[in-house]
Amino acid sequence: MVPLSHYLLLSAMLFSIGTAGVFVRRNLITILLSIEIMLNAVNLTFVAFGRALGSADGQIIVFFVMTVAAAEAAVGLAIIISLFRHRESLNPESWVSLKW
Amino acid sequence: MTPFYLFAAIAVGASLLVIAQRNPVYSVLLLIASFGALSGLYVLLDAPFVAVIQIIVYAGAIMVLFLFVVMLLNAPHEDTEYDERVHPLLRPGPMRFGAGLAAALAVELWWALGRGGESGSFAGGSVTSVAAIGRSLFTDYAFPFEVTSILILVAMVGAVLLARREEPR
Repeated sequence: MVPLSHYLLLSAMLFSIGTAGVFVRRNLITILLSIEIMLNAVNLTFVAFGRALGSADGQIIVFFVMTVAAAEAAVGLAIIISLFRHRESLNPESWVSLKW
Repeated sequence: MTPFYLFAAIAVGASLLVIAQRNPVYSVLLLIASFGALSGLYVLLDAPFVAVIQIIVYAGAIMVLFLFVVMLLNAPHEDTEYDERVHPLLRPGPMRFGAGLAAALAVELWWALGRGGESGSFAGGSVTSVAAIGRSLFTDYAFPFEVTSILILVAMVGAVLLARREEPR
């Protein structure tokens, strides 16, 4: 069987990809998608460790993470729709009025 | 051993393409492919419940919500002039910092996990039965489970309130 460290490495790679996406992309929807990639990387870690420890807790926590991800996606997309109505743009640079 | 590397390659490749695409519709579809590969990994980890939930809830519900919003807004392409001219690592200020931070995170995680070597292995026993998960969810985790329902309710009300069109007065 593939050792645990390979699963953790894959999870780390996915999390880094998600982080890079949040910082590099200029599209609010793509930024939310990158956050979903990060959440999934964490889910993979939970399941891998739960399997390594022979317990069901990892899978249960994944269940809760998915619930939070669904709530976050719904509210985030509602905010995006509301923002898009104001400026007709998905570029986060359109809302920098409150920046220093 | 081979299926792991196949699914891992699909997951990493699709995720990379998600953040490389200019069209959000393609990004969402590629992310669904990535979730499918992750679901295969969950099966390899003896977690069929999570694998099925991954497909039904994530690929089926959340990603369809994303796709719906992308098509509703009808603004598929981001402003590309700037992006195509300048590489992310050469852009000014916070973006360069962020891209560098992500690269540093990748290197650090690789280094830290690489030192573990092959020591991490899986124990013999594993919990695959959905019944066992359900029993644990409704006994040990009953309170978080109920709190989750309130979270969903609040998210639903919040989403409706936020996305509601303001009526002219």
